[in-house]
Amino acid sequence: MNSKILFLSSLVLVFIINLFTSYIDPYYYTILIYIGINIILATSLNLINGYTGQFSLGHAGFMAIGAYLSVAISTYFAPFFMNTFGTGTFGQTISFIIVLLLGGSAAAVAGIVVGVPSLRLKGDYLAITTLGFAEIIRVVIQSMEVVGASQGFRGAYIFDNGVKAAQIPVDMTDVPYIFYEVPKYTNFFWTFAFVAIIIYFIHNLINSTYGRGFLAVKDDEVAAESMGVNTTKFKVIAFVSGAFFAGIAGALYGHFNLYLNPEDFNFLKSVEIVVMVILGGMGSMIGVIIAAVILTILPELLRTVSEYRMIIYSLLLIIMMLTRPQGLFGVSLKRKKKK
Amino acid sequence: MSEFIQQLINGLSLGSIYALIALGYTMVYGILKFINFAHGEIFMLGAFCGLYTAKALGVDAPDIPMALVILLITMIVTAVIGVTIEKLAYKPLRNSSKLTVLITAIGVSLFLQYLGQLIFGAAPQSFPTIIENVSFDIAGATIGSNQIVVIISAILLMLALRFIVMNTKMGTAIRAVSNNLTAASLMGININNVISFTFIIGSSLAGAAGILYSINYPSIDPLMGLLPGLKAFIAAVLGGIGNFPGAAVGGIIIGLVETFTVGYFSPTYRDAIAFAILIIILLVKPTGLFGKKDIEKV
Repeated sequence: MNSKILFLSSLVLVFIINLFTSYIDPYYYTILIYIGINIILATSLNLINGYTGQFSLGHAGFMAIGAYLSVAISTYFAPFFMNTFGTGTFGQTISFIIVLLLGGSAAAVAGIVVGVPSLRLKGDYLAITTLGFAEIIRVVIQSMEVVGASQGFRGAYIFDNGVKAAQIPVDMTDVPYIFYEVPKYTNFFWTFAFVAIIIYFIHNLINSTYGRGFLAVKDDEVAAESMGVNTTKFKVIAFVSGAFFAGIAGALYGHFNLYLNPEDFNFLKSVEIVVMVILGGMGSMIGVIIAAVILTILPELLRTVSEYRMIIYSLLLIIMMLTRPQGLFGVSLKRKKKK
Repeated sequence: MSEFIQQLINGLSLGSIYALIALGYTMVYGILKFINFAHGEIFMLGAFCGLYTAKALGVDAPDIPMALVILLITMIVTAVIGVTIEKLAYKPLRNSSKLTVLITAIGVSLFLQYLGQLIFGAAPQSFPTIIENVSFDIAGATIGSNQIVVIISAILLMLALRFIVMNTKMGTAIRAVSNNLTAASLMGININNVISFTFIIGSSLAGAAGILYSINYPSIDPLMGLLPGLKAFIAAVLGGIGNFPGAAVGGIIIGLVETFTVGYFSPTYRDAIAFAILIIILLVKPTGLFGKKDIEKV
């Protein structure tokens, strides 16, 4: 009950703040948007790695799917969107909601495809398989000419003879075309509205029967199974919802950065999200949000020593695991070791 | 036909390098039941150690005795690095959850990669020609002698490993510990020594693999360990993790599949194909080709 009011009032607050974002310095505004996107990524991964105790190392793959699909649709189908919904604020809003949801859904479908077979595996194997899937997704995108392959994607050329492409083909240099660049839909409101939505969603999910199921899977899978908990179902639900929000985050990223490169979604991006979850404390929403904020601002502060960034990240991981494996804000569950 | 033979030799030499790395994964997994993610970085450090040893010894022309010295020094250095990592990062976590150890291993792997970038520089460096490469024809295919050298060295190293594991006291201890750690320690086997020894063997093989890889692909950079490391891990899973001959066979298979994919299909998928194999094997036969089924006791 309380959380509902909190959720709605935070949406209103985000809307009001959005009216004043033109007063924010563009540099800080960019960081602010990336903080929001990283919060969505980290909290959605927390659902899989934190609450359900699985270990996914491929979150960047789902983000890539959401980013590429939504951006491809909003450029290749730009004439369609303009004709159907108009070019005003209303039309743009509708178009953006459609591509966001499509991006999220595509990532969720990929989540099902990846999750159903690989969630039978545990621990290390799951980590490697998800990493493998994310790599495969990246390699496939890298070889897709329609989204610019390894050159990256800025927008779609729609030629008068009906051909659509991400680059001007060599034999069509003299055909007239219209270039539809990626529209800059993402703003403060959309980013933080989705931050509020995912927090509200996960908060409610965790306090429902599903949440109990997730925690049961995390605590002891065999015991949960023998108590009649359908562990596969809960794992897949956690995985697919996590993938959906990663797709949304990707779509937000694509419509803000306006340029996508397959290398943006490599193994290191996945690791970055994992570090946020681990640093904050697996299964602690507040901790993960704080970690996402810190780890987005930190690289900006460390810009002068950027070559040390990954060294600091990796040392953080190691020291954290050696001294406080439950994360800064995580709760350690003391369990009796059975041997 | 000639192209086929060429691809076959390429695949075998790449595969034997994967096999050497995979053996390290399998040995550690057999005993500690965790993936030593940093193993690929040991491979990378092996390549750089070879480069700097060659520079220090002033080797810039092909010289077989010197090549052996470089190989030996590299194996010793990587063995020391491997044991140090084990003592500092993994040993304190011996009773922690698997996830904690896995995350630590990922952390160590990233740390070594970026420390490498800091020390060696991010740009690729060229590895000196320490062994002369002579091309000759077999059935119309042009084969470099390097490929043959790599295959033979890998086979010799694997035979040495087999001798250590099957015919020495330490080897028996390794097999005992990987069979049942608790029971082995009750029989008076010093677990810590066995684990250290495993890391020594595994890391020196990875270091040797780094040198052999650089002989064939003389451009080395600090991130070069990531993909061969993952592919070797896949090879270990394919052969049945914990199983020595399995790791060797798995490595050869991954190497062959990769070169044939590049040769007959598309170079784009050279890295994706290994992951596809992993996913298929985990779905069809998670214990791998030669693995035994592990019964989970509650």
